[in-house]
Amino acid sequence: MSSRSRLTKMTESSANKLLNGDACNRTINEKKSSKNGFVKSHCLFQQPHKYRRTVEKNQNVTPSSSLYKKPFVESFEETPLLVAVLTYMGYGILTIFGYLRDFLRHWNIEKCHVAQEREEQKDFVPLYQDFENFYTRNLYMRIRDNWNRPICSVPGAKIDLVDRVSHNYNWTFEHTGKVVKDVINLGSYNYLGFAENTGACVDASIEVTQKYGVGVGSTRCEMGNMDIHEELEQLVARFLGVESAMTFGMGFATNSMNIPVLTGKGCLILSDELNHASLVLGVRLSGSTIRVFKHNNMQSLEKMLRDAIVHGQPRTHRPWKKILIVVEGIYSMEGSIVRLPEIIALKKRYKAYLYLDEAHSIGALGPNGRGVVDYFDLDSKDVDIMMGTFTKSFGASGGYIGGKKELIDYLRHHSHSALYATSMPPPVVQQIITSMKIIMGEDGTTLGADRIRQLSENTTYFRRKLHDMGFIIYGNDHSPVVPMMLYMPAKIGAFGREMLKRNIGTVVVGFPATPIIESRARFCLSALHTREMLDTALQAISEVGELLQLKYSRHQQPHPSLEWTSEDSQLQD
Amino acid sequence: MICASACKMNFKNLREYLAWLYYQYLLITGIYVLEPWEKSIFNSILFSAIAMVIYTSYVFVPIHVRLALEFFSGLFGGQPESTMALMN
Repeated sequence: MSSRSRLTKMTESSANKLLNGDACNRTINEKKSSKNGFVKSHCLFQQPHKYRRTVEKNQNVTPSSSLYKKPFVESFEETPLLVAVLTYMGYGILTIFGYLRDFLRHWNIEKCHVAQEREEQKDFVPLYQDFENFYTRNLYMRIRDNWNRPICSVPGAKIDLVDRVSHNYNWTFEHTGKVVKDVINLGSYNYLGFAENTGACVDASIEVTQKYGVGVGSTRCEMGNMDIHEELEQLVARFLGVESAMTFGMGFATNSMNIPVLTGKGCLILSDELNHASLVLGVRLSGSTIRVFKHNNMQSLEKMLRDAIVHGQPRTHRPWKKILIVVEGIYSMEGSIVRLPEIIALKKRYKAYLYLDEAHSIGALGPNGRGVVDYFDLDSKDVDIMMGTFTKSFGASGGYIGGKKELIDYLRHHSHSALYATSMPPPVVQQIITSMKIIMGEDGTTLGADRIRQLSENTTYFRRKLHDMGFIIYGNDHSPVVPMMLYMPAKIGAFGREMLKRNIGTVVVGFPATPIIESRARFCLSALHTREMLDTALQAISEVGELLQLKYSRHQQPHPSLEWTSEDSQLQD
Repeated sequence: MICASACKMNFKNLREYLAWLYYQYLLITGIYVLEPWEKSIFNSILFSAIAMVIYTSYVFVPIHVRLALEFFSGLFGGQPESTMALMN
């Protein structure tokens, strides 16, 4: 981690040599430096000039198109103005009723079910007056039956839910004793379908449980390092194409406990606007300076990198010890994929480090299921720290970090999770080993390749059909996470309930996980969903969309005849 | 927009269509999530406000329109009389 003085090294010739063949909007007479030595207009990614304001922010026009080997199509259609106004009006009316109910609760006209301060605390700073608590009491509670639904079967393509009923408007629930069977599961993170209770993975896990038991009883550093842990780590390193890897018992803890080990005071972290809570927690715990760049926006990131290198640390203007860029592979609330080729180009140019969180993209993207690096056909040695979780595509739990051997050896001794957290239980380890071997094709069957292809076919089909029906869908065309916009607060509750009536389980998301007017329903596709299941689900979604008036999109409906090509998967090159 | 999608759904009779329109009103204003007594309060306040608007317009709009017409016809009708008087 040497000190850096970049000002002298950014000459014009080196900037020209670095990326040949880059179709950049640079002109000859822009290569001037101003008085204080800050060289302007050498940016790799200039702002593309927009001469027309279009309804859709289609981001498939990239200035450096030679970096992408296939088209990168993302769309985040803008909220229609009428819908935004009506949504604000709805929230306003519900807020007024919220104040009315708070008034009744305060004057004891109505029984209060919610947490309250005690009499002795009333003169201190109020605990429950902020907007989040107001929102929880008055808005979330009314539609609470859409969340935390108890499950009583394996979360595969179909799932069984415990039937429950509430007699006092969602303050308390009672189980009726019945079970809602065979609900189509569009909410679980089960991209390759390894969450199952029959098959090779389960048999291997049972054998291992009979050999090792379930609990480990110690941390990795003391007595909890088993031979299957070592085998798993070597397998993960081979899967990712890195020198060495280390696994942890919990995915959230992997991020929050290891980022503080890698950076400290005097380092700079550039993190994306929409990063997950575990990344934000880890970054804040580390004590480094944090700067947030706009979501997936390379111009914003480059500007921050240049400012950081030129101006250095805030008061002393010394160079930063390290600059770490923290991004995710797939952002699960937006369905967008990170622009990895551009970030790697920026990272190499400005000599920063890259931390890539592939929680949702490992196993789900790429022709071989090796994640977003495989999807863009890049070299995994370019990413300094590859992190991911085993929850989504491998049907297990836990996380891993992969990278150079020196880095992982350092982490083995200094990570808080390795020192204090119990290591992964043996059946979970065996589940990951078996499923990873299936994905790589090493068990002798083509099950892994079949599932990867099925997932990408399902994704393309589902997204295209939803788009053709007229819903507003966010995100990249190849991402298996599909957020569908709902906007109005009453429709959040109505959508969840209507879908459950038609035997389809969906996840709806509102504030505070998303901005207040952009509430959405999020579908997670799986390789176990057959075409019939998807058709049933799409039929129901269309029905509910008509009933609730959810088809907000304003693009032209395409002719069915032109679009009916056979299943186009991105694997058939 | 409402009529186009209403034609796609099969409404057997007028009652079903009106029930669907009421459902849309509940969803758009956000009343759908409230308890029944809160819905009644909001509906009665909104209904009385609309009733007052209709009553006021029924009572006052004809008078205002008549006064406005008199004002404007006084402006245009009055002119030729005065110039003719001046010439003669």
